[in-house]
Amino acid sequence: MRDRKSGILNQQSRWRLFAATAVGLVVVVTGGACSGAGGGGGGSNSKTITLAAVDNPQMADLKNLVGDFQSAHSDITVNIVTLPEDQLRQQVTQDVAASSGRYDLFTIGTYEVPLWAKKGWIENLSPYIAKDSSYDPGDLIPGVSKALSYNSNLYAVPFYGESSMLMYRKDMLAAKGITMPDHPTWDQVAAAAKAVNSSSVSGICLRGLPGWGEQLAPLDTVVNTFGGRWFDEKWNAQLTTPEFKSAVSFYINLIKSAGEPGAGNAGFTECLNAYNNSKVAMWYDATVAASNFTGAAAANSGYAYAPTKTKDWSGWLWAWALGMPSSSKKKDAAWTFADWATSKAYIKLVGQKLGWAHVPPGTRTSTYSIPEYQQAAGAFAQVTVQSIANADITHPTVQSVPYIGIQYVDIDEFQQLGDQVSQEFAKVIAGGQTVDQALAKAQALAQAVGKKYQT
Amino acid sequence: MRASAASVFGREAWRRRLPLLPAFIYIFLVTQIPFVLTVYYSFFSWNLLKPGSFQFAGLQNYADLLTNESIRTAVWNTVLLTLSVIAISVVLGLAVAMLLNSEVFGKGLMRTLMIAPFLIMPTAGALIWKDTLLNPLFGLLPYLLSPFGLGRVDFVNQFPMVAVVTVEVWRWTPFMMLIILAGLQSQNPEILEAATVDGANAIQSFRRITLPLVRPFIELGALLGSLFVVQTFDTIFMLTYGGPGEDTTNIPFLLYLVAFQGFNIGQASAIGVVAVIMTTIVATFALRTLFSIFQIEARR
Amino acid sequence: MDAAALRNKIVKSALGWVVIFIFFFPVLWMWLEGLKTEPQAASTPPTIFFTPTLQEFQTVLSGDFPPYFINSATASLLSTLLVLVLGLPAAYALSIRPVKRARDALFFFISTRFLPFAASLVPLYLLARDLQLLDNVFALAAIYTTINLPLGVWLLRSFLLEIPHDLFEAARVDGAGFGNEIVRIVIPLIAPGLAATSLICLIFSWNEFFYAVNLTSSAAATAPLFLVSFISGRGLFYAKLAAAATLASLPVLLAGWIAQKQLIRGLTMGAVK
Repeated sequence: MRDRKSGILNQQSRWRLFAATAVGLVVVVTGGACSGAGGGGGGSNSKTITLAAVDNPQMADLKNLVGDFQSAHSDITVNIVTLPEDQLRQQVTQDVAASSGRYDLFTIGTYEVPLWAKKGWIENLSPYIAKDSSYDPGDLIPGVSKALSYNSNLYAVPFYGESSMLMYRKDMLAAKGITMPDHPTWDQVAAAAKAVNSSSVSGICLRGLPGWGEQLAPLDTVVNTFGGRWFDEKWNAQLTTPEFKSAVSFYINLIKSAGEPGAGNAGFTECLNAYNNSKVAMWYDATVAASNFTGAAAANSGYAYAPTKTKDWSGWLWAWALGMPSSSKKKDAAWTFADWATSKAYIKLVGQKLGWAHVPPGTRTSTYSIPEYQQAAGAFAQVTVQSIANADITHPTVQSVPYIGIQYVDIDEFQQLGDQVSQEFAKVIAGGQTVDQALAKAQALAQAVGKKYQT
Repeated sequence: MRASAASVFGREAWRRRLPLLPAFIYIFLVTQIPFVLTVYYSFFSWNLLKPGSFQFAGLQNYADLLTNESIRTAVWNTVLLTLSVIAISVVLGLAVAMLLNSEVFGKGLMRTLMIAPFLIMPTAGALIWKDTLLNPLFGLLPYLLSPFGLGRVDFVNQFPMVAVVTVEVWRWTPFMMLIILAGLQSQNPEILEAATVDGANAIQSFRRITLPLVRPFIELGALLGSLFVVQTFDTIFMLTYGGPGEDTTNIPFLLYLVAFQGFNIGQASAIGVVAVIMTTIVATFALRTLFSIFQIEARR
Repeated sequence: MDAAALRNKIVKSALGWVVIFIFFFPVLWMWLEGLKTEPQAASTPPTIFFTPTLQEFQTVLSGDFPPYFINSATASLLSTLLVLVLGLPAAYALSIRPVKRARDALFFFISTRFLPFAASLVPLYLLARDLQLLDNVFALAAIYTTINLPLGVWLLRSFLLEIPHDLFEAARVDGAGFGNEIVRIVIPLIAPGLAATSLICLIFSWNEFFYAVNLTSSAAATAPLFLVSFISGRGLFYAKLAAAATLASLPVLLAGWIAQKQLIRGLTMGAVK
């Protein structure tokens, strides 16, 4: 029983308490001093820039090579912060909208660039490019360049580009006597998927994970090639038109009849795993997927262009590019880094130091003429660059549309709209409602958005 | 010690108030300033993506809420989620606490391992559940269930609320267990022995002696737990992203979607204000009628 | 111990261990996933028997992780300290020598937890921006203090209610002032309760993600941000994520396990009779 009368800690416990508090305080003060309160670089002439980047293998490589940049430019320190895509987009949007200056450079996509350039949120990079004679902006793949421009000026420089393609297991298809043409139609793909589908191997992996950049990316390309569109020229929502409905029904039915289990939560990573584990025979997704293949999947894969129906060249277009806020106070330092990271020299550096398979795809035409890259990137390099070259964000659909964007509609509201609509489709995949019910809800949501653009 | 009968402005009253002031002022400043701003924003239509859209809108945001189906779904999901998680984790926590309070081998180690779910980062825990345990293709659970024919069941998509409740119960049961165990361990074993001698069986001892003693702890656990579970966000964000459809969207998640997917700050603020009002009403009712621990008097 | 009691003990132990195993298994699985290679971590069927490798742990550790952990430690320890320093007197004023409207004060403290974070975040973010407090680990600590203070006051109050009345009478008769009262009587008696409260505050602060991601960028980024930086959009990452999660949870896990004895004692002391 404790001696409550005295109520005093004995010497030992008292010292323990003091010691613990002292240690705690030391950690706090040191920690505070070390981590610092915001920014602050080294010497008086050095600048610290913070790059907010999406996490993908190419960005991981960039992080590894930052040392090379800093030895060449000792007055600039680069902090790279990586976040998952949706977190990144939210943080950067907030940062730029509120001019809070947390980031001096960020990776943004073809979705944000035109919108933000119009609002004056990001810096026009054309003058900076003009000052660098070795940059060669003409070498940038034209479709990508156009997607990152506004009023013919480049507002972000491309770091990574992709389109979509069909990947398939030649061996599994051959076992059923099927060969896949280079430019297949969706009907051919569906037939092949159903033929190959069994209890141990699914016919095809298609994204079902809700999200405007997840499920809707491939789905929108299907909509486009089936002749559908999100809005007509007068911004009336078109989600209940026969073409749109037939595309969505086709996609969801293909998933249900020959798709992977857990499709409702399958994004890029899940399908990649399924394909690598030989659990699916085909996969329609980003062109960069093939660089992650291992084992049997890597040895036996064939590549075809994105399947079509009534419109040719249905592949999507996406690029991650480096941009800077127009309110930035460190534009020159930021540009120095962006220049370095998207230059031909960087591509060579990656190839030599990390291996040619690590080179960021889909940005420069010259990359595809490098012999070592052609060898390492193999069969899908041509499909990649051709798909990107033929992806036109200004004419994504059969009928004309008032918006740009292939796998998205380039308006501010699309993030929320796309997320909501894809959730409704996910519910259909899970068996919770019919396609018609989902489309009715989606139409209402889209109509509310379209109204804002009708003059 | 009863509150002094001295006047509110007497010296004694101020001496009592002084220790409270630092914490009170601190919390007041750091929480009420943003809250006042939130209320202020709720009367404006403001979309962060549209520069220059900050315009007075009166009660428009609130009017929109009345017709908004998503709000009703979110409220329902919040209630369902909170009640399920609290109820199940209390029952489980009680069961495990009773086990740990009796004669078993390796009590210390058991307790140690039992705490682990509560210490893991919620984000990491939810991802591990979603991708490596519940995933139909490479998750462990469907693999173990495949001999029973349940191998292809997509738990997260077909039973989303069950999945979210499961992960949350997994997280919060240790918390309940700890609190209830503390209560059980303060129980005087002689009373239980006397009851057994008197012929009471296990169930009677439990109901008549153990349960009343443990009740305040259950209440404390339920109260503190509810404060956090009602704000469940990380698990939903990582596991189901509010879906499919809106099946697992609760109020905090809906707010997140409105504020950071749509960047509709005005509407998000209105939802926040309504959430506070509703929670205040429910909490006031619950604290005054259900919880005996809210008494101020110290019991001696 | 007689045969029946022994049988009882064995049955209960078996039952208990099954339940504990089920609860602990996801954590164990996470540790194991970190020791696999990426293809193994996401294989179909799941890889149960494998040769452990530290490859992914090395990849995770080769990144710049110390700053994240230091920031988390700073924010967590500082906020916990503040909770104790502010919360103990406040709890005192709500239990031992209660103020007149103690019940309302208590309710007010809890009510600050009613507003979902997404609603208060934009005002906080804009305020932090204007006060130049973005990416500042001390600002983050201040926010965490706010989050944990109601919980701390509530718990500490419960512990204080345990102290026998007569001790204070004796002290007062001896002429002890308020400050003396706290240091010589209160703190020693509720030391386990202080440990329990500190641990809970530490856990919540360390694991907090959303305020951290919104209010910091590089200098003040915390452990949860380190964790999510491994979630890749275009590559395999489960093994790395599991390794990072193991590392990120390690400090709190260790603190929890070491202090769990204190935790139980503290909660026993905080028994609301």
